[in-house]
Amino acid sequence: MAKTKLVYQNNSSPKVDQVGIFDRIDRITARSIKNEAKVQGLKMALNMVDLTTLEGADTDRKVMQLCNKAQHLHDAHPNLPNVAAVCVYPNFVKIAKASLKGSGINVASVATAFPSGQSSLEIKLLDTKIAVDAGAEEVDMVISRGKFHEGDYNFVFDEIAAIKEACGSSRLKVILETGELGTFDKVRKASDIAMEAGADFIKTSTGKISPAATLPVTLVMLEAIKDYYYKTGIQVGMKPAGGISNSKLALQYLMLVKETLGKDWLNNQWFRFGASSLANDILMQIMKQETGVYQSKDYFSKD
Amino acid sequence: MAKKTIQINFDTGWNLSPAPESIDHIQINEQYNLFIGGKWVKPNSGKYFATINPATEEKLAMVADANEKDIDAAVKAARKAYDTVWSKMPAKERGKYIYRIARLMQEKARELAVIESLDGGKPIREARDIDIPLACAHFFYYAGWADKLDYAFPNRKPKSLGVAGQITPWNFPLLMAAWKIAPALATGNTVVLKPAETTPLTALKLAEIIQESGLPDGVVNIVTGAGASGAALVNHKDVDKIAFTGSTGVGKIIQNAIAGTNKKATLELGGKAANIIFEDAPLDQAVEGIINGIFFNQGHVCCAGSRLFIQESVYDVVLRKLKDRMQALVVGNPLDKNTDIGAINSKEQLATINKYLKLGVKEGGEIYQPECTVPKKGYWCKPTLFTNVSQSSSIVQEEIFGPVLAIQSFRTVDEVIDKANNTPYGLSAGVWTDKGSKMFNLTSQLRAGIIWGNTFNKFDPTSPFGGYKESGFGREGGLHGLKAYLKF
Repeated sequence: MAKTKLVYQNNSSPKVDQVGIFDRIDRITARSIKNEAKVQGLKMALNMVDLTTLEGADTDRKVMQLCNKAQHLHDAHPNLPNVAAVCVYPNFVKIAKASLKGSGINVASVATAFPSGQSSLEIKLLDTKIAVDAGAEEVDMVISRGKFHEGDYNFVFDEIAAIKEACGSSRLKVILETGELGTFDKVRKASDIAMEAGADFIKTSTGKISPAATLPVTLVMLEAIKDYYYKTGIQVGMKPAGGISNSKLALQYLMLVKETLGKDWLNNQWFRFGASSLANDILMQIMKQETGVYQSKDYFSKD
Repeated sequence: MAKKTIQINFDTGWNLSPAPESIDHIQINEQYNLFIGGKWVKPNSGKYFATINPATEEKLAMVADANEKDIDAAVKAARKAYDTVWSKMPAKERGKYIYRIARLMQEKARELAVIESLDGGKPIREARDIDIPLACAHFFYYAGWADKLDYAFPNRKPKSLGVAGQITPWNFPLLMAAWKIAPALATGNTVVLKPAETTPLTALKLAEIIQESGLPDGVVNIVTGAGASGAALVNHKDVDKIAFTGSTGVGKIIQNAIAGTNKKATLELGGKAANIIFEDAPLDQAVEGIINGIFFNQGHVCCAGSRLFIQESVYDVVLRKLKDRMQALVVGNPLDKNTDIGAINSKEQLATINKYLKLGVKEGGEIYQPECTVPKKGYWCKPTLFTNVSQSSSIVQEEIFGPVLAIQSFRTVDEVIDKANNTPYGLSAGVWTDKGSKMFNLTSQLRAGIIWGNTFNKFDPTSPFGGYKESGFGREGGLHGLKAYLKF
């Protein structure tokens, strides 16, 4: 069957009120997550982490070490869940893939001239192709924020649709870089465009600029996902990334997902944390819940 | 092929563990006397009544029942304090006492919050984050005005009235006491306050704080009792001003009683607020506003947004979002930090609400309640929506004072203004739209004392609060709140 070309509908997106968003977040952060609920939540969060290294200084060995960490989070504690994926630049996909073989942990690769997205479509497609050909199960792309601000929504839409096609069966996460969008209305608009263009996930940030992920911006995106689900029946995942470095905050994100999208999103198929230092904090909290005391950071391996 | 029904599943299997606020640190006496002339005195009646925890039906304390003689003693103490001390004290000194009360309340905020939750059934989250901080804020705000009255009303030579008789309701016990006492003191009046009989404890705690603050004896007197005690206060000859918050029914009785006397009055009575959602509104936040509007404090709020009007084109989607949001509401132990909806304040109030639930169904309304469990003991009502109702329905016309929302749709702006104003009440309203001009058009045409734009149930000491029509008269809060305790 011939595939029909997706065309951006330019539907107007619902408005977002900042005061109301902050009110809702206040209710979420006032939730007290203790005891069993805390342990259950921490394990869930650990299982949703995309262990990430995206540095100019990355090397093959650094990536291998990170992959090793992903498979041996904290061997002192058996029966811990795995992280969801390891996230690297395209040129490290191959080595990550080899290191993670048989572990069930996915390899995610950023692509499309990450993090600025300032390049031609040809380069972006090639970047994606390199990652996918090397075996990346997940591709994290960035949108063209400049074109978005100019109001050229068709450009943004077409670009996402083209990358999605280049991804083949790999899942596409679309990074909105909300820290550069400026308003919640624009975050909502960008979320809608990305989902209509075929995003499997929408993601807040590259982690390279501040502010990265926040609870309010995540709520705006979760509401967009929910509306899209009711409209089309298509489930889209969510990935806040950057700035989520402690367990308490991670639990608040999960609470937000629980109360906004419910059960079907509370797993690593549909919700991820993009973070580098979060995993160790979660491990430390899990050990504290079980032993009653905090252990030194030096008992948790850093890779 | 049948279309698959899309439904979000909120049964996540990740449930909150109990997180009860500790009650070790609070102190409640077994028995409370009347606070008159700076001392705790036994009631002339010799009678005491129990105040109970509506979440467990357990007795918390015995409280004195003031009769006419007790009220007379309290008014005499207030008059004496007014004549000999309070009216003569420099305004700057008055202010210092009020600041001191505010600070002491802040220091004991946690204890006050827990007692408020125990005695009234409200969630600890609300008592802790709203009731108590706002009560403190009112004292701080009016303390600042005490020595600046000449600037509040330039060239008008404001003078205090004398003795103020104040009667507060059971829905926000300490906050209402603060709304009444703080401006009265700042303007140089003395006070006899009677809190509601089902929730007297935080007012009695406030009496302890006032005692600790060293406020001159008799400036604030707090007497407990039911309707008869209130009537004795209203009818007392030496009271210069009545401030009442409560039902419209009792408000009418009070106005009758003081007709032909020199008593000034402010009455803050019932309400049946319209909460209006336009199609261009930020819908998800509007849903949050609907929740805050009607389920805040179990709907025991005179300004609750109990009539919801949704524009036709977004009626289905708002209703769906509202029902989804209600799945996440936690109903139960008020002392649990995660509780969103606590216990109904009293057995009587629960009976009233249940009467309306039956009536709503009988009159053809379609009822919706989310699936949630409520404790066996205590007084509980699940959050409730009614659709398929009209302006003629009893549950649309009458104040229920519970977590019950009546929902109607509308097509045009004129229609919704008409419907919103078509009620004997006029306390508050809410308007949700992204368009500023529409907002201002509505707010100038709705006949209500408080209108919220793209939010609901927000309070601040600087903002006047009060009603139109049968929701009462006079304003509390802000500069307007000072005026009610002054003559010029």
